[in-house]
Amino acid sequence: MMRFIEGSIAVAEAVRMCRPQVISAYPITPQTHIVEALAEMVANCTLDAEYITVESEFSALSACLGAVAAGSRAYSATTSQGLFLMFEPCFNLAGMRLPMVMTIANRAVSAPLSIWNDQQDSISLRDSGWMQFYAEDNQEAADLHYLAYKVSEDHKVLLPAMVCFDGFILTHTYEPVDMPAQEQVDAYLPRFVPFEKLDAHDPISFGMFAFPEYYMEFRYAVDQAMQRAREKIRDAGKDLAGKIGRDYSAFVEGYQLEDAETVLIAMGSLCGTIKDAIDEMRGAGRKVGLLRIRTYRPFPGEEILAALSGAKRVAVLDKNISLGSKGAVGLEVKDALYGSGIPVLDYIVGLGGRDLRKRDIARIADLAEKGEGDLFYGLREGVA
Amino acid sequence: MVVDKSLELFDCGHRACGGCGPALAARLILKAAGKNTIVATATGCLEVFSSPYPETAWKVPWIHSLFENAAAVGSGIEAALKRQGRSEKVLVIGGDGASFDIGMLCISGAFERGHDLTYICYDNEAYMNTGIQRSGATPLDAHTTTSPAGRCSTGNSRPKKDMPAILAAHGAPYVATTSIAYPNDLMQKVERAMEVKGPCYVQVHAPCATGWGFESDRTMVVGKLAVETGLFVLFEQTDGTVTKVKKVMRKPVEEYLKVQKRFAHLFKPRRNEVEIARIQAMADANAAKYGIDIKLKKPMEKPAEKPVEKPGG
Repeated sequence: MMRFIEGSIAVAEAVRMCRPQVISAYPITPQTHIVEALAEMVANCTLDAEYITVESEFSALSACLGAVAAGSRAYSATTSQGLFLMFEPCFNLAGMRLPMVMTIANRAVSAPLSIWNDQQDSISLRDSGWMQFYAEDNQEAADLHYLAYKVSEDHKVLLPAMVCFDGFILTHTYEPVDMPAQEQVDAYLPRFVPFEKLDAHDPISFGMFAFPEYYMEFRYAVDQAMQRAREKIRDAGKDLAGKIGRDYSAFVEGYQLEDAETVLIAMGSLCGTIKDAIDEMRGAGRKVGLLRIRTYRPFPGEEILAALSGAKRVAVLDKNISLGSKGAVGLEVKDALYGSGIPVLDYIVGLGGRDLRKRDIARIADLAEKGEGDLFYGLREGVA
Repeated sequence: MVVDKSLELFDCGHRACGGCGPALAARLILKAAGKNTIVATATGCLEVFSSPYPETAWKVPWIHSLFENAAAVGSGIEAALKRQGRSEKVLVIGGDGASFDIGMLCISGAFERGHDLTYICYDNEAYMNTGIQRSGATPLDAHTTTSPAGRCSTGNSRPKKDMPAILAAHGAPYVATTSIAYPNDLMQKVERAMEVKGPCYVQVHAPCATGWGFESDRTMVVGKLAVETGLFVLFEQTDGTVTKVKKVMRKPVEEYLKVQKRFAHLFKPRRNEVEIARIQAMADANAAKYGIDIKLKKPMEKPAEKPVEKPGG
């Protein structure tokens, strides 16, 4: 059913239909509308779940960890500082192969304090063993939750997943969103069947101590699971397309790519603006296209290389910065294109909610065509 | 439900030091908790020596996540069990570092939310797993590697944090202290904590031969002396009221102090009367607060004095 709703509400409704049994979250802007909506559902018995109102994000994710280990489907949502407070349990959940889904309402990180959007928070957790999906709009943000649970709980994967969508830009924006019927979601996402669980009838030990002769194999196993997730994401995406008519099986999405000489690469809501800018540039006869990364972990290196075979140059718009190096996405795109001869230029954009408009996209395309890149775009005058 | 205490649910073959108080605590705790228990343990000595992959000493379902989150993990387990309508009890175990210090936030949250779980702190009074550093549970004047006694230091400068009082202040329905030196007391209190609905706290005094500096066959003796000197009081508190206290014929604190290397600087090169008196005053204050002194109804009659026979008289 098509509804005109706020992004956070669309996500909360999608989460409700995933039937989480334990929800634990801590309020943080701009995630709050999601967890408030879920609390209201629990209070009104439209969602049958335990809602643990914890004293910190650290406990929120730790409580989810315990719940999943005990065999329940768990959910949390956070952003920015909250995600950083979860840094330790994030790695721990993935290492223990405990599946769950967490929504990230992407926000800049302190200092200075900022509640506005960039993607530094979740990008900084890229090495944690969580799958990461980035939504362009609220329809996708909602839908990716069904997919994320499906893949996360697959016994060939068993890795937690983050569904990332831009704080305020999406979380607080009203858009028409098609919400499937509960029966459709139930048909797609069956009850959670844990691979192992804490059970007095079958006692096992979780989270043991590993000496050097075992540790590496555990980490290898997590990486192997991430590799297996590639196929599972494709399958789950196709399966979902069959159920709700929207296809998220591809890790990357092209826009006006076919004859594009300059290809912009980005993640999240920025891609909507880029598409509009490309339409204008195309109107002026410029061969510009977009490659949007939806699945960032596992990283779609091969898909990116395959999609860019005709490109003369690539401009990556990074809403993050690996300080002392470059934008994280740009670095990995370079790795994917190594040996292809396609130059990759990186642009740090939109940190802390700095707006990027269509004319900025055109200017970045200009810079890329001139071979000027690897810079912070749009700094205040006199700073650079 | 009667718990079968003959079961050994914490298996032998783990890698604890000889004379380890916490290992004995774990064995007794599980005897009292029984099979229908899920245990979440914080990082620390107990976790490391009991779970070196691929071995485990735990014959009940067991989970370790991180150092500071055991109470939060326990909260999540409890919520999941509730949702699934399962009967297992949740038992969270952490050392004093995990409980008094780094995990305090998570414990406070779990107790305030009123989860039905039992939190047990095995208290060996320092960070032993990392090599004997002071914690909030380290007693006054104890030498540790981060509170060393020296020319201008008498060891740890602060008394032990009153953790049971903090958790009682959260409205915990049952708070108790016990010691591995009193196995029946320990098992009774753990069993009681597991029975009482809501968040219950039990602090188990668990001497560490390695960290405190005594021979590994003296663990029970040292544990008893802590109680007999009034430095560690065994009590039970129900709904905020102290309902039971272990009474003792109190011994001077130096009987406890002098058998442990961590207090050796109070006696050598010379007796530090000031510090020993401070510690004695703490024991006296404990005795007054909890009323632990056994008061005899009438003074003991002195044995009839025999006339001293003078030699050659």
